[in-house]
Amino acid sequence: MPDKASKAVEGLDTFPRLLMHHARVRGNQPAMREKDLGIWQTWTWEDAREQVVALAGGLAKLGLQRGDNVAIIGDNRPRLYQAMLAVQCLGAVPVPLYQDAVATEMQFALLDAGVTFAFAENQEQVDKLLEIRDSLPALAHIVYDDPRGMRHYDQPYLHFVEAAMDLGREYNAAHAGVVAAEIDKGRSDDTAVMLYTSGTTGKPKGVCQTHHAFISAAKGACQFDALTADEEVLSYLPMAWVGDHLFSYAQALVAGFTINCPESSDTVMSDLREIGPTYYFAPPRIFENLLTQVMIRMEDAGAIKRRMFHFFMDVAKRCGADILDGKPVGGGDRLLYALGNVLVYGPLKNVLGLSRIRVGYTAGAAIGPDLFRFYRSIGINLKQFYGQTETCAYVCLQPSGEIKLDSVGKPGPFVEVKISDKGEILVKGPMLLKEYYKRPDSTAESIDADGYFLTGDAGFFDEDGHLKIIDRAKDVGKLANGAMFAPNYIENKLKFFPYIKEAVCFGHNRGQVCAFINIDMEAVGNWAEKRGIAYAGYTDLAAKPEVYTLIQECIEKVNAELIHDPMLADSQVARFLVLHKELDPDDDELTRTRKVRRGFIAEKYGVLVEAFYAGRASQYIETQVKFEDGRTGMVAADLRIGDAKVFAVPQRQAA
Amino acid sequence: MARQIGEVIVDLQNISLRFGGVKALTDISFNIREHEIRSIIGPNGAGKSSMLNVINGVYHPQEGKIIYRGEERRKMEPYEAAGQGFARTFQNIALFKGMSVLDNLMTGRNLKMKATLVEQAFFWGRARNEELEHRKKVEEVIDFLEIQHIRKTPVGRLPYGLQKRVELGRALAAEPNLLLLDEPMAGMNVEEKQDMCRFILDVNDQFGTTIVLIEHDMGVVMDISDRVVVLDYGKKIGDGVPDEVKNNPEVIAAYLGTQH
Repeated sequence: MPDKASKAVEGLDTFPRLLMHHARVRGNQPAMREKDLGIWQTWTWEDAREQVVALAGGLAKLGLQRGDNVAIIGDNRPRLYQAMLAVQCLGAVPVPLYQDAVATEMQFALLDAGVTFAFAENQEQVDKLLEIRDSLPALAHIVYDDPRGMRHYDQPYLHFVEAAMDLGREYNAAHAGVVAAEIDKGRSDDTAVMLYTSGTTGKPKGVCQTHHAFISAAKGACQFDALTADEEVLSYLPMAWVGDHLFSYAQALVAGFTINCPESSDTVMSDLREIGPTYYFAPPRIFENLLTQVMIRMEDAGAIKRRMFHFFMDVAKRCGADILDGKPVGGGDRLLYALGNVLVYGPLKNVLGLSRIRVGYTAGAAIGPDLFRFYRSIGINLKQFYGQTETCAYVCLQPSGEIKLDSVGKPGPFVEVKISDKGEILVKGPMLLKEYYKRPDSTAESIDADGYFLTGDAGFFDEDGHLKIIDRAKDVGKLANGAMFAPNYIENKLKFFPYIKEAVCFGHNRGQVCAFINIDMEAVGNWAEKRGIAYAGYTDLAAKPEVYTLIQECIEKVNAELIHDPMLADSQVARFLVLHKELDPDDDELTRTRKVRRGFIAEKYGVLVEAFYAGRASQYIETQVKFEDGRTGMVAADLRIGDAKVFAVPQRQAA
Repeated sequence: MARQIGEVIVDLQNISLRFGGVKALTDISFNIREHEIRSIIGPNGAGKSSMLNVINGVYHPQEGKIIYRGEERRKMEPYEAAGQGFARTFQNIALFKGMSVLDNLMTGRNLKMKATLVEQAFFWGRARNEELEHRKKVEEVIDFLEIQHIRKTPVGRLPYGLQKRVELGRALAAEPNLLLLDEPMAGMNVEEKQDMCRFILDVNDQFGTTIVLIEHDMGVVMDISDRVVVLDYGKKIGDGVPDEVKNNPEVIAAYLGTQH
């Protein structure tokens, strides 16, 4: 049964039509906000419509054609979301790109998509485009949002966004109805947006999604969680990520709720607190950071506060999640929990800006069970979903009240999921990709004869119909003794410790599991400061013997947990080292969404992997690093390899 | 359109400054033109900070003339200098450590507030509208220096490099036409220095502010200055565009030492 929100917009099958609809029915309600000069500025739906139409007129005047691709590069800004709408009004296709990519990295997508127009947030992004402009013959115009520092740029193909709007207003006055006519020409099976996959392997591919796909996905998700036009969301995740496109764009336009853009990427935490979103979405990394910060600050707190915090967190651990799920809980615990809510959980949620959250989601990577439990236990309805760029973000969602820590929930509305004979997850539904841009071969490979999309993930359904993900199908390996080795699973366990930021495990076809560790500079730095350990920077801190002992303790705790797992008891981490540099997307070690590029790392640090298995106690390595401005430098270090205690597996009963 | 270096706005003629028997500055003459970045360099104890203090009226030289926009002034108090549109930062950070960044920047607006003490104390009358207007200016400075994330943080809790930036912010909040910077990059790492350089150039470029800069980092000075004056033991030993100064044998001697 469709809910009210999606019923109201039935028949509106493109995003520009949805915008016109909201401008009509809730014209003076806030559509977008952004904090500027310390004050939240609001655009109503009517403001948004007026500016989108003006901008569309400007683009038409400058010669944007139906079917052209338009790059959108920058942090989340209302103007850039409006730019996407304006582009769609004319039947062109917005291509959001990761704003922190260096110029040469962007070049691939810009060339691949053959973009003719680009929207750049500021001088930084404009400079990147100018740097590679010679290699982009198709790029005709660049429109920028922030005029700061742009005074001396007099190239005729550069346009300030407000100038482009004024141009459009003139054009629209002279050519009445042109933009409206273009909107009328739009069809639901036109490509609405092109999103580049992050590419854990190989070159990124442009995923073409239609209006129909994203609108169906948005409707499904709105219906699933009964979202209304009153929701507030904070739009702070990269616009190029499918998750942000669904939550901040497609869902906002379907349900008509308000999106809020932070002042800068450094102020997200305080902006979150000021907005108090009702619907919140973050990859596990963000929740991890939040928790790390809380833990650091609790360590700095006075003894009374600290004891109170730990006492009530134990209470929450015991019964918090059950209370949230409406399961029976004893009277004593209920009373304690209520007290804890007043003294600890309430203030804590308030500090985090999560007080008003009705529904919170996490996805993008597996979340550690302990981390997940923490948020649920303090009363935040955090849920997981599972999906990919090719499926408009989600496939399965956890229904409220039916949360299992190790599953990703049930297939969402309109989605069909089945497991292939090989254990791979297959998906069918309206939100599947139209195609990979200019890659018919890949498109054919990824969709089977029955129209199912091959996700490449290994998983299975449990007895309640919940989907469980094991790992990327290609990452799951076997140890030399034949036991299953799921690296991601162990890494996630390691990453739950606030001191460990990133971990990469090796073990496929090997006798034992070894791990690279990246320490969390903030948490370990704080820890070192308390103990009077002096350090000069990341590399120095990472090499301290005390830090090795600290990490070793963390690993041994994970090992002690792993022996209880029937499938993964052999995957205990026997040897480890703390890397001398942080894994960085600029060095291609992580994707822009900060997923580990396992193969690349194994190759780049091959000598270190060999050193593990050759039993060496240390290994010298030189590594090239790329700075933010694109220059390169070398980092060298003599890395010590630590050993961790591996526990004997208790005798299993013979099967 | 590039900024145009204009007329001489401050002309220092034969300045000598003594503290008792110690001669801090001896017979120094140089000028500052509108919109330029003018650096003062020299070894430790050369009299650089004294020179800056003479310009903004903290010290009164025993001899010599200071001509500001065609008018000679002999004695000027620092608050008068501030009223003329001079603002400065200090070698040792001089901020209110317990106050937030925002409040520190608001103090930079103090001279521009017209409300009386009583009105300000009770946030009444003119004070309210004024506060809003000044807050807006301060927010523009915050935006300009990219310090939104520390707006409400007490200054004492910030790392050194950011404190320096806040100090620059306070000077900018006064909307100066002459900005005196006393070693704005001392004690900074390379990245912080680069940021600071960019901000100094941006200030000069966007607001047309004339800047007098004392700095030890030769690379920085030679990169961003329009003209450089070199002091040694209270005397002027060089003056000119960076390339000239770099090749001046006396300057090289002062920095590298001479053979005796």
